[in-house]
Amino acid sequence: MSDETPLVKMRGVKLEGRSDETWNLIINGVDLTLARGEVLGLIGESGAGKSTLGLAAMGYTRDGVRISEGTVEFDGIDLLTASAATKRELLGKRIAYVAQSAAASFNPAHKLMDQHVEGPVQHGVMGRGESEADGIELYRKLRLPNPEEIGFRYPHQVSGGQLQRAMTAMAMSCRPDLIIFDEPTTALDVTTQIEVLASIRDIVEQFNTAAIYITHDLAVVAQMADRIKVLLKGDEVETADTRTMLAAPTQDYTKSLWAVRSFERPRKPDVITGSTPVVSVQNVDAAYGKVPVLYDVSFDMHAGRTVAVVGESGSGKSTTARCITGLLPPTAGQIMLDGEVLPPDYRKRSKDQLRQVQMIYQMADTALNPRMSIGQIIARPVQFYLGLTGGAKRKRVDALLEQIELEPTEYYNRLPSELSGGQKQRIGIARALAAEPKFIICDEVTSALDQLVAEGILRLLAKLQDDLSLTYMFITHDLATVKAISDEVVVMKDGRVVEQGPKDDMFKPPHHAYTDLLLSSVPEMDPDWLTNLLAERGVDNIGDAAVDKM
Amino acid sequence: MGNVLTIILQRLLLGVLTLLIVSVVIFTAVNLLPGDFAQNILGQGATPDAVASIRRDLGLDQPPITRYFDWLGGVLRGDLGTSFAQANFASFTGTDSGATTVAAQIAPRFANTMFLAMVTAAIAVPFSIILGILAALYRNTVFDRATNIFTLSSISSPEFFLAYILILFLAVLNPIFPSLSNIFEGMAFSERLEKSMLPALTLTLVVTAHMMRMTRAAIINLLASPYIEMARLKGLSPMRVIVKHALPNALAPIINVIALNLAYLITGVVVVEVVFVYPGIGQLFVDSVKIRDIPVVQACCLIFAAAYILLNLTADILSILSNPRLRHPK
Repeated sequence: MSDETPLVKMRGVKLEGRSDETWNLIINGVDLTLARGEVLGLIGESGAGKSTLGLAAMGYTRDGVRISEGTVEFDGIDLLTASAATKRELLGKRIAYVAQSAAASFNPAHKLMDQHVEGPVQHGVMGRGESEADGIELYRKLRLPNPEEIGFRYPHQVSGGQLQRAMTAMAMSCRPDLIIFDEPTTALDVTTQIEVLASIRDIVEQFNTAAIYITHDLAVVAQMADRIKVLLKGDEVETADTRTMLAAPTQDYTKSLWAVRSFERPRKPDVITGSTPVVSVQNVDAAYGKVPVLYDVSFDMHAGRTVAVVGESGSGKSTTARCITGLLPPTAGQIMLDGEVLPPDYRKRSKDQLRQVQMIYQMADTALNPRMSIGQIIARPVQFYLGLTGGAKRKRVDALLEQIELEPTEYYNRLPSELSGGQKQRIGIARALAAEPKFIICDEVTSALDQLVAEGILRLLAKLQDDLSLTYMFITHDLATVKAISDEVVVMKDGRVVEQGPKDDMFKPPHHAYTDLLLSSVPEMDPDWLTNLLAERGVDNIGDAAVDKM
Repeated sequence: MGNVLTIILQRLLLGVLTLLIVSVVIFTAVNLLPGDFAQNILGQGATPDAVASIRRDLGLDQPPITRYFDWLGGVLRGDLGTSFAQANFASFTGTDSGATTVAAQIAPRFANTMFLAMVTAAIAVPFSIILGILAALYRNTVFDRATNIFTLSSISSPEFFLAYILILFLAVLNPIFPSLSNIFEGMAFSERLEKSMLPALTLTLVVTAHMMRMTRAAIINLLASPYIEMARLKGLSPMRVIVKHALPNALAPIINVIALNLAYLITGVVVVEVVFVYPGIGQLFVDSVKIRDIPVVQACCLIFAAAYILLNLTADILSILSNPRLRHPK
């Protein structure tokens, strides 16, 4: 147990996952060394095997995954040959895990505190009373509101950002030597993310805990890690000290990751004053049952332009989209299409009105019928809206597939499950285009995709807009995407529009205080960004606290 | 909590409404039975006059709607009517033992049935749940397979067959329990229990498979959830992961299957009653159908329906209560 032994030592680790009775390589011989108190960032696209590797560092594999080669040592203990009992003794006590979705990883049937004290009590580290007191202390250190009381709530009674911090507290409960953070802020809004990042960084420093921080967001990892390891399809691309890596990435892949955020469309000429907008949302109020969600929302979308609607989850972005499509008739106000009032309920709209407004969804996975072939999926709107059949229909589908840059002969008969995430999203685009609409609502279309793939989708959308003079309403919470693609921006908060205008004005001060908060909360590639921001705002004035003060 | 109370009240009202509809169905169905009590009792020598006279005495000459509302009104007042057979018997012998009402006929039999159902439930429910938990814990092992084979073979065998096997092994070859369950009023509890043991064990074999397999399936269904992975990564023992983390979230389907099986124990045990000569409500029901003793048949049906509705209602409410989101709203 000398200090020279690294805390984690993985050598030549190969991981395999099973699909259809065969084992496929997920991780192809990766080495990983972690010293005590060190934070290692693990970065790569989804499917690069980051999470699998992170779990393997705990000696744990999910069902259908196995470690086929290599060694995993924790503090000199070989985790691959250790008995189940030995591993259980380490897990939770010396090695802890923080999952991506705290909402799913807390047991809904038990109070937070009961789950918090379970580790220490079961491992015999502390008694229940002592562990509870310690839990409250940790909640306070992590700046959770009402630290004395919050632990006695059920998970569904606590917000996502707070749950994520409570989970970090739970991981800390036995004062482990190592914590694996598996994308702990990916599911959070930018303003909430800062809060969680700051809390995690503080507490890891305070207890000198070593950590493996898994994420696909470079800017986040730049704030958290001492060292960064980049993975691509199961292989290590490069490992370097954070500052070195950011300043001078050596590999092409790493450089391309860095370059993603550089995509930006040229500015379009201003809208001619007095022209009729394609879609105009006028003083719309809406409610789910008796709960009001939108208040007096108004904005215009002009031909051939992209309007980005930004805001945090729950701000009413998607609800506005539902009002425009007629899925949720507004309680007040109206939607105009080309200067004509649309019936509020989609069932009362004509086929042509329906055709003009199409939608692309966030989760291409669930938005495509898994039992229909790509050809059938795209052919349906072609037949329904345009009345094409037989050879004409097939020709149109092929043309659409070419437009989304997929080879028709190769993809026509495939099922959605045989496509990658980015390809599925392209099919979603083709399906919307099949109706030959004027106006397309893109609801967080890139947020489930990796940065490189997302960029491809954004470029495709931009090209289609130029070719077909489409109008987009682009719903997103990612300000980098807004910067890349939009012409106008609408900022929403709590069901209201707080600011709207051309993109350039939006990204130039002065702006509305909330827009400012959103903008300044987007992590930047500078490793000192979080430190500086906290110094500027003060630790008690970040995230939800700052939002609440408005 | 107000939320939950509203739901419970809604369910209760719905239950009452269901029972009302069921009462119409019962009444119609029973009246569709071929022949009636008067023809049945008079047999071959029935003269039209005699039949008419008995029908008049029993009110069978009234139109069905009138009879339905008379019956329903009686039921609402707690009067299930008079047993045709007992009334007839009393008028022949000139004695009125006071046991001519349907209630007096059914009450002791129903108490016996409830007793057997409770004894069975007390054995079968914990047994099945523990077996289900163990099968989930040792899933895909020899134990799991053996448990599945055992419970599935017992549910697939006819009840009388199971009953005779148990009699053979537990009453004839090893005289542990009596093979006749002729319990009567005033019997001591311990003796009652002893006499009910074989029918209770037979019924346990019949209902275990369903409950055990649902427990196993509901738990295994949850094992891929992130919070189960989290529990494992906290270094908890496999038993604790299942009992403390999976089971509380699997309760709703398990409770529903238990309720269905308990309802079966109250309503569907005629065969077992016959084999063990157990004086339960099932035998009374079958006998009454045979002689067209309509008030008794109707009352039994109504009790069976009420048992089903009440047990499912309880299951619904317990399932709701097992969900912390409803128990503790934001």
